[in-house]
Amino acid sequence: MSSENEKDGQPSETAAESSEDVKSLSKDEAKKFYEEKGIDFSPDAPVNPRPIPQFEKSLSDKIASKFGSKVNIDYVRSNRVRVSTKKEDISDVAYFIRDELGYDHAESVSGVDYPDSKEIEVVYHLGSYTDERLATQVLTLATRVPREEMPNPGKDSSRMTSLREVFYSVEFHERECFEMFGVYFEGHPDNRRLLLPEDWADIPPFRKDFKIKGR
Amino acid sequence: MATQLPPGIRLETVDDRIMTLNVGPQHPGSGHMRLIIKVDGDYIVSCDPDPGYVHRGEEKMAEYRNYIQNIPHLERPVIHDSSNILYPYCLAVEELLGIEVPERAKYIRVIAAELNRCIYILYWLAIYGIFLGHSTMFMWPAGDRELFIDLLEAMSGARVTHAYLVPGGVRNDLPANFEERCLRQVDYLEKRLKEYLAVFYKNPILISRTEGTGILSRTDAIRLGTTGSVLRASGVNFDIRKKEPYDVYENLDFETVVMKEGDSYARSYVPYLEMFESCRIIRDAIRKMPKSGSVRTKLKPNPKGGNDEVYKRVESGRGALGYYIVSNNRPEPYRVKISVGSFRNLICMPYLLKGELLGNMPAVYWSLNYWPVEADR
Repeated sequence: MSSENEKDGQPSETAAESSEDVKSLSKDEAKKFYEEKGIDFSPDAPVNPRPIPQFEKSLSDKIASKFGSKVNIDYVRSNRVRVSTKKEDISDVAYFIRDELGYDHAESVSGVDYPDSKEIEVVYHLGSYTDERLATQVLTLATRVPREEMPNPGKDSSRMTSLREVFYSVEFHERECFEMFGVYFEGHPDNRRLLLPEDWADIPPFRKDFKIKGR
Repeated sequence: MATQLPPGIRLETVDDRIMTLNVGPQHPGSGHMRLIIKVDGDYIVSCDPDPGYVHRGEEKMAEYRNYIQNIPHLERPVIHDSSNILYPYCLAVEELLGIEVPERAKYIRVIAAELNRCIYILYWLAIYGIFLGHSTMFMWPAGDRELFIDLLEAMSGARVTHAYLVPGGVRNDLPANFEERCLRQVDYLEKRLKEYLAVFYKNPILISRTEGTGILSRTDAIRLGTTGSVLRASGVNFDIRKKEPYDVYENLDFETVVMKEGDSYARSYVPYLEMFESCRIIRDAIRKMPKSGSVRTKLKPNPKGGNDEVYKRVESGRGALGYYIVSNNRPEPYRVKISVGSFRNLICMPYLLKGELLGNMPAVYWSLNYWPVEADR
């Protein structure tokens, strides 16, 4: 959406101000101009106005009817449904996704660091081998855990329930997330380092406050 | 029995029956990784994989470079399958920036990806041959691979690190007479593959070492979330080229190779059969490709991604390869996560090696289609 709003990498406001050719449009004219182009710039416009296809809608409706306000469901793009939930509820949601919807394995577990909101998002990408209809789908299950300014991996509040009991395949992915972001997974049988050297004494390296030398 | 042991050496049991072996980290196969194996006599009691010796922080590096600058370094984890590791990145960035790819570029990408898949599988097969002491099987694929490398060199200008696929298409058009040359090499490979069957896959020593070792059942393959040839050798019909076709794979004529045995032999035979399918795809793609036209949509300088996220996956030589990209209105991605087949298949290793003969360890290990550098990223 933003790429249409901008011209050669410059924000649209400065481009419009500097250009002589831009006519000043009245409010209605501007609205019509944007509507014709299919762009909705009003402040309360939904971020993702794309319509949800039938199959994805049935999936997200099942989750929404079970958990209600506990989950926040976004349709990101085709074949990708995103379910965000609180970290207390993630185990219940994961059991529901496995037993009722038929997802059976995790493709990846990623951490995403948000220092501004003091949170780390843990994102599970789940897929299914057994259900033929779900073969194209990748369900994104996301939750947020608190982020500490001075991380002490394994001993601070950056922790959540491990999904290893639900999806066995997350075992190594969660170990990687633990060492790279410092998120401790409670109930994980083997919370050790995987990729980092044994004598690593710095903060978890994929956090945003860990800077690469020379950059 | 000595009571004083040197530092770092631990007595495992009272009667010193269990012994710890460090397999690696210096090239147990190819690329650095370590297996901490405990053996009781000739049998493996437990196996603890220790990857990370070639961790380069590709994902972190990607956060500091813009979408175009990221191309060459993201292919480094698997330089001999470089088109396939760049493929999902290109698809993801195209979806993020809303770029349409020209029709001819889509076919060229498929040809490059399938050529690269053959290069990867031939390399993998060469290492598997030498692992099992079969030096002919090291020399033959390593030699035949050069012909495909020459093709990709003609396409891209580089021998292994092609950086040929870019968001928006491919970097440059095909050279003159490429089609004939490519078809000739594909015919040659198919002829050679039949010889491989006689000299390697029907070899009684290979069969005795791989058949029935490291059996992964269908249920466990699904539960462990394996992917690629490991999954298909256990009887699961799942190939992303068929299940979630990208670019022009839905127009092309090929089959998914599935075997039901789930042992090391099946895992080594599936990639071999997939090379025949790759040859079919290349022939079909050359036939159906538009003969002229643009091959690249130019991007705006320093494109920005918007507040968005995308997850795209393709079928690489080692299984599903996915890119999760989060962007935040900046020219650089906010976070890039590469979900690679090698890392996903790593979880099988302790599971399959437990109870296996130590001598069968290489046969099981390399049949998992594991590439340490890719797993570490």
